[in-house]
Amino acid sequence: MIKTDVLIIGAGPVGLFAIHQLGIKGLKCEVIDNLDKAGGQCIELYPDKPIYDIPAVPKCNGKSLTDDLMKQIKPFKAGFHFNERVQEVKEDAKNWKITTNLGKSFLSPNIIIAGGVGSFEPRRLPLKELEKFENKSVFYAVRNKENLKNKNIMIFGGGDSALDWALELSKQNKVTLVHRRNEFRGAPHTLSELQDLRSKNKISIKTPFQIEKINTGDQLKSVTIKSEDGNSEDIQTDIILGFFGLIMQLGPIADWGLNMNKKTIDVNTENFETNKKGIFAVGDICNYPGKLKLILSGFHEAALASVECFKRARPNEKFRFQFTTSSKEIQERLGVKND
Amino acid sequence: MTKIIFIDSQGEKKSIEVENGLTVMEGAVQNNIPEIDADCGGSMACATCHVYVQDDWYDKLNKCEDAEQDMIDMAFEPKKNSRLSCQIIVNENLEGLVVTTPKQQN
Repeated sequence: MIKTDVLIIGAGPVGLFAIHQLGIKGLKCEVIDNLDKAGGQCIELYPDKPIYDIPAVPKCNGKSLTDDLMKQIKPFKAGFHFNERVQEVKEDAKNWKITTNLGKSFLSPNIIIAGGVGSFEPRRLPLKELEKFENKSVFYAVRNKENLKNKNIMIFGGGDSALDWALELSKQNKVTLVHRRNEFRGAPHTLSELQDLRSKNKISIKTPFQIEKINTGDQLKSVTIKSEDGNSEDIQTDIILGFFGLIMQLGPIADWGLNMNKKTIDVNTENFETNKKGIFAVGDICNYPGKLKLILSGFHEAALASVECFKRARPNEKFRFQFTTSSKEIQERLGVKND
Repeated sequence: MTKIIFIDSQGEKKSIEVENGLTVMEGAVQNNIPEIDADCGGSMACATCHVYVQDDWYDKLNKCEDAEQDMIDMAFEPKKNSRLSCQIIVNENLEGLVVTTPKQQN
């Protein structure tokens, strides 16, 4: 059991800035995120896309914004727990007991949910009957290509992951690459390599096709693919790989008894607390009149939530608002060397 | 205000009035159209505001850019007439635009 002043769910820009606002108040945080690194939507969905509306930063991108935030919060030594998702939240006297899907547990008077639109999970192929073959003959990631040897593989998708795996696996497998339109999205050298393999008959490319149905016994036997104008083909297949990127799923948060509005959590705008004392929501996931899904709004929300977190974590201390420009105490916490 | 007609995956029709200059997605969210999620808020990063545009309307819309097509690749059951409703800006020429929502947004 890890005891902490504040448990933060989500290591996106707003979760990271919350660490800063809590840190300058002397509070220790632990952060849980389902991704394998910090940055949230910024890093997962648009690492290279320019962002022009961070105050005083005329231009940055998801990657540089995340890197700079990580630099800014370094002095506060927050504990990061990646590749984990919060499963359960239970009241425990004046604290919350938080358990992750890997069984790790935390005890904290405060939880800040900075979860964006939920945790990232792979987008699945649209056929319901594929579910029972998932992780047997249907995969959304390749962990070990050795396990795929001697199999007939069908890859779905038109982006970098689909193309990279099509090229890689075509060295050891019979590969059929299926995409819903004729254009692929990939680096120029990847696309030319693909054409090269196609002309040498080392890969089969089926466009514009999508999955129609699977034919199975105990195991996957073949996949029928269909084009919009009605052509269909049945192709012998042992393994299906789908690469459609990631989707955000709210997941267990919906079961914690919080007042919700669709996929967002209702908060008050004084301290961004939810209907549960000590549980806060900030960033894209929170809802209040006039809410804007902007990173800068999330920063403001985190700053206000951090004040209430302080009061709950240090009930016997008086909260004194201080500026980073003039507070010796804050500057010590930041590790600033003063002459 | 421009009239936009949403047909859901069950065939249920709902007509809404959207202010010109807003996107079809924003109009849908304001009017609680159930099968539009719009998780990313319109930054073309999620494909959860996916719609099928009625064929006679498709060519009358602003062109579908490459980045939008790339994102539609990720959508649930994309078709030739697929668009992201966050990329369709409402104007008076779209009076009576008909779009159908897919049965799932992910």
